[in-house]
Amino acid sequence: MSNDILQPLATFIATSILKQPKRVIKPTEALLSSGLIDSFHLVDLGLFIEKTFDVRIDDADLNKDTFDTLDELAAVISANRG
Amino acid sequence: MSTLVAALRAHWEARPNQPAIHLLRAKRPDVGLTYRDLIDAAAGVAARLAAAGIARGEVVAIILQHGEPLVAAFWGAVLHGAVPTILPFLTEKLSPEKYRRDLASLFAITRPAAIVTYAEFGAEVRRAIADAPSGMATPMVLDLDTVEPVAPDWDALGGAAARPEDIALLQHSSGSTGLQKGVALSHQAIFNQVESYGRAIGLALGTDVIASWLPLYHDMGLIASFVLPVTLGVPLVLLSPFDWVRAPARLLQAISTYRATLCWLPNFAYNFSATRVRDRDLEGLDLSSMRAFVNCSEPMRAASHRMFVQRFTAIGVRDAMLSTCYAMAENVFAVTQGGIAGPVVVDRPVARDLRENRHARLLLPGEAADVVEMLSAGRPIDGVTLRIVNDANAPIGERHIGEICLRSNSMLTGYFHRDDATQTSIRDGWFFTGDYGYLADGELFVTGRKKDLIIVGGKNVYPQDIELLVEEVEGIRSGRVVAFGLFDEAAGTEEIAVIAEIEETDEDGLAQLREDIRRTIAQRSDVVARVIELVPPRWLIKTSSGKVARTANREKYLAMASASPPAQSPT
Repeated sequence: MSNDILQPLATFIATSILKQPKRVIKPTEALLSSGLIDSFHLVDLGLFIEKTFDVRIDDADLNKDTFDTLDELAAVISANRG
Repeated sequence: MSTLVAALRAHWEARPNQPAIHLLRAKRPDVGLTYRDLIDAAAGVAARLAAAGIARGEVVAIILQHGEPLVAAFWGAVLHGAVPTILPFLTEKLSPEKYRRDLASLFAITRPAAIVTYAEFGAEVRRAIADAPSGMATPMVLDLDTVEPVAPDWDALGGAAARPEDIALLQHSSGSTGLQKGVALSHQAIFNQVESYGRAIGLALGTDVIASWLPLYHDMGLIASFVLPVTLGVPLVLLSPFDWVRAPARLLQAISTYRATLCWLPNFAYNFSATRVRDRDLEGLDLSSMRAFVNCSEPMRAASHRMFVQRFTAIGVRDAMLSTCYAMAENVFAVTQGGIAGPVVVDRPVARDLRENRHARLLLPGEAADVVEMLSAGRPIDGVTLRIVNDANAPIGERHIGEICLRSNSMLTGYFHRDDATQTSIRDGWFFTGDYGYLADGELFVTGRKKDLIIVGGKNVYPQDIELLVEEVEGIRSGRVVAFGLFDEAAGTEEIAVIAEIEETDEDGLAQLREDIRRTIAQRSDVVARVIELVPPRWLIKTSSGKVARTANREKYLAMASASPPAQSPT
């Protein structure tokens, strides 16, 4: 998956959600099932994606059924960019 | 009318076609249930409970997500004369193994006769039953993916014989500790509460509509936003908590669409809504129908109210809609209510006296000192008497802080199968709440808690549950962990902080341990830890009996954190 999507997502999650800017997030690391990101953060992630990548993903479409890793999230974003 | 069944019967006979519940669902059309729809669906469940041989007074545990089966199962158990208790569903982050363990310990104490769940989830529940201690009667598992409505045969229903003093339902709070203490409430207590509270909020049949996203396993969701509207005949608009947390604008849209007038929210929801809703999701909304947003179930902040009104003024939210409430499952729900007839009362006691002398003293004329802005939780509702006591359990005067005790006509019958806990909490007819507060001119101000309880987003979390989890992480030793709450101003709620003593000093090892602790808490509790601090041996303060002292360690951490930047950031 292209780095121009992965990198901003990884930085946002490490800095704004985990508040550990130096934390490296691997593209295949589980984010939701591991509890790294909890449900309260999904809406933050959605707002960030909309602003950064100029795509609108329905809030109901951002959940454990659609992604768990950065790679999968990037795929959702690419698909919605259309 | 003094039982829930009698209330349902009256609605079924007098207003079968009146809307009872509008169920909102993500990306699917809303489902409107009239009283006939709801009660016939419930009667269908009651028939299944009867066929399964469940007896009157037996406990039926309900493990279902938002939807028609959930509401039908609750009222179905009531119609059958069984005692329903709604339990949280497994979430995506929670480890199934931990969830099973909690369920097993609940089963051991509550001893349900049946568990109602989805066919798909039945295997999970059966494993939890297998894990429960031997010697208990095995509950049966009933699958309820869809409901099959039948018209109730009122006189033949098991619930028809219920007496006002019988236990109507059980309410549990979350976590291993919470699940072991079911609050048992009688029909009479529920009715007394619903009537008194209805008066306190000026409930008007025919015009009021209640909107809620709250989970039904929580008292505010179950009583204020489910049992009260259904029994009194007030239409209810119900969203799933999972949908709300992903799209908080849905609540505002629901209020606008259904012209809702009342809505109960924990404090964090004011902050969350104000900061997480997009402008475009507010287009065309009108919330001017609202009478009250009731802030309840965690410490209430004036800043959260201001943030909420400011953000939503353009769609009709006004200061006059803000109200407050102090509530607990042990009193069915509300103890006090404020901000209905007039604005919420604000008190500004001197910060230093509040902290050091437990005295909410007002400024003297001409005096200059820091004050704390306190929101009143309002006045006791009808049937409730309050008193504030000192450590020797003697009543103390106005503006002095002590434990809040209450006596009422809606108190719990007891903690179910837990006479020990009941006797500790109810003494000489007074329920000792474990909360600290003061009274001033008849208004109650809640200042803190005696018991070590953390409230995260309205959810009660017992620090000992978190500490036990952390002790299971490799590299952490038993008795070397403390967990406590820290108030997060931006979020409007408490966050979980964990401090653990470790021998490890290698940076990579420390980072790995933090990660392990974070993951363990996330997967095995209902919350996540925001602060994880690793400290060298002998850092933690212990009591004379060798236990970690939560309050003292919290203060030590705060002093350290204010002296240096939080160690949680770059590592």
